[in-house]
Amino acid sequence: MTPNGEFYQRDREWQPPAYAPDYKTSVTRSPRYPLISLQNSVSEVTGPVFGHNDIGPTDNDLLSNYAKPGESPIGERIILHGRVLDENARPIPNTLVEIWQANAGGRYRHKKDSYLAPIDPNFGGCGRTLTDENGYYHFRTVKPGAYPWRNWVNNWRPAHVHVSVFGTAFAQRLITQCYFEGDPLIDKCPIVKTIPDPNAIERLIAPLDLNASIPFDSLTYKFDIVLRGRRSTLFENRLEGN
Amino acid sequence: MPQELNYLKETPSQTAGPYVHIGLAPGAAGFDIYDRELGWDIAGPNAKGERIRIEGLVTDGTRSPVKDVLIEAWQANADGIYAHPEHAGNIEDGFRGWGRAITDFETGKWGFDTIKPGPVVGHTGTVMAPHINLWIVARGINIGLNTRLYFSDEEDANAADPVINLIEWEKRRQTLIAQRIEQDGQIIYRFDICLQGDDETVFFDI
Repeated sequence: MTPNGEFYQRDREWQPPAYAPDYKTSVTRSPRYPLISLQNSVSEVTGPVFGHNDIGPTDNDLLSNYAKPGESPIGERIILHGRVLDENARPIPNTLVEIWQANAGGRYRHKKDSYLAPIDPNFGGCGRTLTDENGYYHFRTVKPGAYPWRNWVNNWRPAHVHVSVFGTAFAQRLITQCYFEGDPLIDKCPIVKTIPDPNAIERLIAPLDLNASIPFDSLTYKFDIVLRGRRSTLFENRLEGN
Repeated sequence: MPQELNYLKETPSQTAGPYVHIGLAPGAAGFDIYDRELGWDIAGPNAKGERIRIEGLVTDGTRSPVKDVLIEAWQANADGIYAHPEHAGNIEDGFRGWGRAITDFETGKWGFDTIKPGPVVGHTGTVMAPHINLWIVARGINIGLNTRLYFSDEEDANAADPVINLIEWEKRRQTLIAQRIEQDGQIIYRFDICLQGDDETVFFDI
């Protein structure tokens, strides 16, 4: 029994389906049987808790967290910021947000990435932070470059930052990708188009946030993240946790 | 038009892609960036309970090993209590209940060391058999797959488990049971995950 209510059921028509044949890798990695739907138990409404001891104070600064002293990565300096909210529009404080990305040339610092664009000696490409009491987070980084991938012969991923968020429950666990306003590759990407609803795709496009940009330093993009919301237990139990 | 309900919509999921390790397990990707990588300490040295190792392989619809998976585990302690403020009960220092494992890039094998969880009280007050909640992401997986690992030496508890019993196809239930092996004094539970096919693992919409 849980004092707070269950999470709203995930809208599987809004989320991408497992099987999306234009994204070829999904063809053999998608379950054929239907998912078994579970009412939430304590196994689903709880999840890991992280604290400031878990991460370093500059882990959210990709401009410095891998750079040699006095140097910095090459590329367009940006701030990526936003809030983590639930479907009831309430902020989710103290939750772990992790990001990873390619460098300005579209090359990942990963031993499996063999794209001919060079590694940047001052750029690692990953960061993490906890949201504050208002659900707010921010990172400093460089804007990633587009890169080619083996799907169709001439497929290119739009510039994107991978984003992982926990929320307060294992049922809220989410990994997604943040795209950038105005990128002409977004409409052509089979991974983006695994999402059936164009309104849902728009939720993944970070607008330029000029008001939050720092003159002579960095442009800013805003990316809000929404995790599943929770029901009030109006009739079964005490009213809490709406 | 009626009034609007004004709920927000959940952010759409996207695949974690082939380079998920950079962000979530950078040491494995081949570079050290953090003082402390998260997810390697599910059950610290003070954790009560039987020390076990979970091992397995993820295979795709062609039975080929999937070598770029990331798996997260969420489990209760030996008393069946989750390390979370909403679950009342004592948690020993250093028991986190959450962990992360990645596959070996060459073989696809994955594994993690933990303790065997206790039974947990479920949705309607029924007791759930000991289990570990797993979440699987990888290239080609558009939205993380949820499953549960149960234990082969908990036959009676498994037979009464309310979640296992939701699975109408009895033959599919066994896909959730990890097989206990004792090897050189170590307790290993083997849990292979099949993403697609006749013996596909049961996945849940939680």
